[in-house]
Amino acid sequence: MLLFRICCNLASSTARTLYFPVRVNGIDRRCFNKKRSSSTMAAISPLLDVQPTRGLVDEKIQVVVNNLPPLFPVTLHSLHHSEDKDYWEAFGHYTSSNLGMVTVTKDASLGGTYEGTEPMGLLWSMQPVPGSRTGLRLRKMDVLTPYDERWYLAPGVQRIDVREDGVKGTLFLPPGPGPFPGVLDLWGGGGGLVEYRSGLLASHGFVSMALEYLSSDKDRTSRLEYKYFENAFRIVQQHPLVMKERIALFGLSLGTSVSLTMAAYSEVISPRCCVCISGSHVHPLNISLHDVFTKFIENAHKTRFDEEGRMVWKDIILPIPSDPEEKVDMGRIKCPLMLVVGEDDQNWATVESAEDMAQMMHAAGNKHLLTTLRYPGAGHLIEPPYTPLSRASNYIFQQTRDKVIMLWGGHTKPHADAQEDAWGKILFFLRQHLYPSHNSGPHSKL
Amino acid sequence: MTEKALSPLLSIHPSRGLIDEKFCVVVRYLPPFEDITLRSLIHSEDGDYWEAYGHYVSDDSGLVNVESNVSLGGTYDGLEPMGLLWSMKPVPGSRTGLRLRKKEIQTPVVVHISVYRGHMSQGFNEQVALASVVTERWYMAPGIRRVDITEGGVSGTLFLPPGLGPFPALLDLWGGGGGLVEYRSALLASHGFASLALEYMTPRTSGSSTSYVGNAYFEAAFTILKEHPQVCGDRIAILGLSFGTSVALGMAVYSTVIQPRCLVCVSGSHVQPVKGSLTDVFAEINKNVRNTRYDEENRVIWRDLLLPIPTDPTKKVDVGRLQCPILLIVGKDDQNWPASESAEDMKQMMEQAGNSHLLTTLSYPGTGHLIEPPYTPHTRSSNFMVTGTRQKLLVLWGGDTKPHSYAQEDSWKKTLAFLEEHLYRGPQSHL
Repeated sequence: MLLFRICCNLASSTARTLYFPVRVNGIDRRCFNKKRSSSTMAAISPLLDVQPTRGLVDEKIQVVVNNLPPLFPVTLHSLHHSEDKDYWEAFGHYTSSNLGMVTVTKDASLGGTYEGTEPMGLLWSMQPVPGSRTGLRLRKMDVLTPYDERWYLAPGVQRIDVREDGVKGTLFLPPGPGPFPGVLDLWGGGGGLVEYRSGLLASHGFVSMALEYLSSDKDRTSRLEYKYFENAFRIVQQHPLVMKERIALFGLSLGTSVSLTMAAYSEVISPRCCVCISGSHVHPLNISLHDVFTKFIENAHKTRFDEEGRMVWKDIILPIPSDPEEKVDMGRIKCPLMLVVGEDDQNWATVESAEDMAQMMHAAGNKHLLTTLRYPGAGHLIEPPYTPLSRASNYIFQQTRDKVIMLWGGHTKPHADAQEDAWGKILFFLRQHLYPSHNSGPHSKL
Repeated sequence: MTEKALSPLLSIHPSRGLIDEKFCVVVRYLPPFEDITLRSLIHSEDGDYWEAYGHYVSDDSGLVNVESNVSLGGTYDGLEPMGLLWSMKPVPGSRTGLRLRKKEIQTPVVVHISVYRGHMSQGFNEQVALASVVTERWYMAPGIRRVDITEGGVSGTLFLPPGLGPFPALLDLWGGGGGLVEYRSALLASHGFASLALEYMTPRTSGSSTSYVGNAYFEAAFTILKEHPQVCGDRIAILGLSFGTSVALGMAVYSTVIQPRCLVCVSGSHVQPVKGSLTDVFAEINKNVRNTRYDEENRVIWRDLLLPIPTDPTKKVDVGRLQCPILLIVGKDDQNWPASESAEDMKQMMEQAGNSHLLTTLSYPGTGHLIEPPYTPHTRSSNFMVTGTRQKLLVLWGGDTKPHSYAQEDSWKKTLAFLEEHLYRGPQSHL
């Protein structure tokens, strides 16, 4: 079990010997109160409280420190030992109040890995400790064990391996008799089977299937034909606990390309709504998605490298083509669509794509279906909130096994704000369109 | 297109909490002004089922929120966000005389919360719920360490908060039920106190006589805490319930080894032979066994065994000699011990001796003997095995559910504040 630990360290080392016991191999027993002869000292020991003690990853925590000396400088430090055995940390500098308290939800951090009044700063501003391996990205692969006592799964959520009709995925079921709305959850070009977002969605009352369609396994071919996604959609739809008419497509990056393509052209897939993060509608229509993907890879001459040698893919699809054969016909979208883009996305031209999609929908007369969330300073990887930003990370090309450092973009604070804001709005959007409301008519309002 | 299935969204926040943490249950996407029942269900370690339920009506947007909507009936009523926990009772058809206590505290209490159509009071198993969620209630916060204590003949369990410490500490003493009861210590450690749950009520029989541990046992336990590398040796309190109060008071006043920083005494009394051992205390109580009464359901009322409060100073702990702050918590409907009368007498003794400024008394109407951590069900009577015998009785503890549950919530909050003040803060409160 990994622990999310907040240590109260003193900013001043002299104060440490006066007020707090010296720790020598953990067995030094000198207690501050034994020096009671120094009458000027208010002998106290800090009391640290974190609530809730076991939260979901997207739940806020409240951190309060009591019993400090008044107007005393302290550092709050969080430390996480990841599944990949790396250490991540965040810290904030605070000054206690007149009553010797620090309340993270109200007080401002004066510096550290975050500053200002940031209730969740000890989580989202985490970065690899100095000396770590480079190009790290903090992701949880095994969702059944707690992430630092920050859980992706609420109690009662069930995880089920799906291996049928050639489809490979993981289904997460909320507790209860159902029926529930469903979500088909598609990640991006990094491939593999990424489960944590689906686990979290199930914790919020949606049956969610995380789908693997780009395999990192050499023996499995990537599945990018319509039929594969249609089979996956059908599996969700036919599950006894799922409301057949209430399934959403949820995509990030390449998953967005897939979602938009399916929503526009598939006769089998009829999503009730779509959430498309950091993606684009731009890809040639006359070739298979598989060839599309290959074509993207081959566009190496458009790849830039930044001053630190990190790969920047932003320009690959620019300029946005005007040829209708080169992009999904957005006029064919018949369901509410939420686009989420970061203005500092260095990996894909998502902002330009979002603008073009809006124009296409305006021309086609279905713009009322579109909601766009646009975040300045946010990068490509807009993930569930309070998880740290990776501005760049190691990326392995499936086909060649080449490893590069990919620049995703984003700056810590605005990216963290974007993740928090977007997640709340995404959940609201999904609930609004997928849960039957007795006040609205059969046509969903935006 | 109309939806045939009524499918509301039930959510609980937080989904995992400590036993004493509040939660919020919300139901969305109901029809407006719809009657629903919220029901909680626990399958206890002993295999029994406990439930609570409240009757609600959704508002005009189809929402029910326990923090803002009132329950119109059920096992609790009114604006009671935590009613689904504290008003729990064994389901109809259960065995009698049950008490809900968790023995294995490294796993959570798992509570199923469901919403049903209509206002139901029975037949929940025959009905399919509209929605159902699961919540975990933990006695141990993450990072708490549990340590078996067996040294020097002392039997107990030590719970340490996470981190290097050192921490202030508690000696945690339960009552006549005996055994090793860990959950309160686990919870106290979750609030920053190293806490030693002590087993002491195990009798030793030799021949025809039964004896209990002597005072040296408690002194040894206290010393283990004092000398522990992660404990602040002069910031140790004693928390006692029922018989545990007798031990705490006796030790605090008469032992030269045990010097607590403060005392919390729940549902207990100072009436006992002065400087007597536990064996002496039992013998004295047994002299009055004829004072045992029975209520209309033949449940044992033992409160008169210590009444009237004696005036003879050799028959009660001289609380005038207490040198540390003491918090007394008593229920006015305690049918098991004369806790209220004892508290009154202690106050008088301390006023006469001039140390009553050390005394704080919390006295709760409608509250019985078993004043436990909050949001756990109230037990008005339960099966009790008399220590040292195999005799099983149905004992009346007292209290009515709602005021007793309020007392548990209020006294726990005040207990933690009292302990924080005297164990974490400065020496100015120490005599």
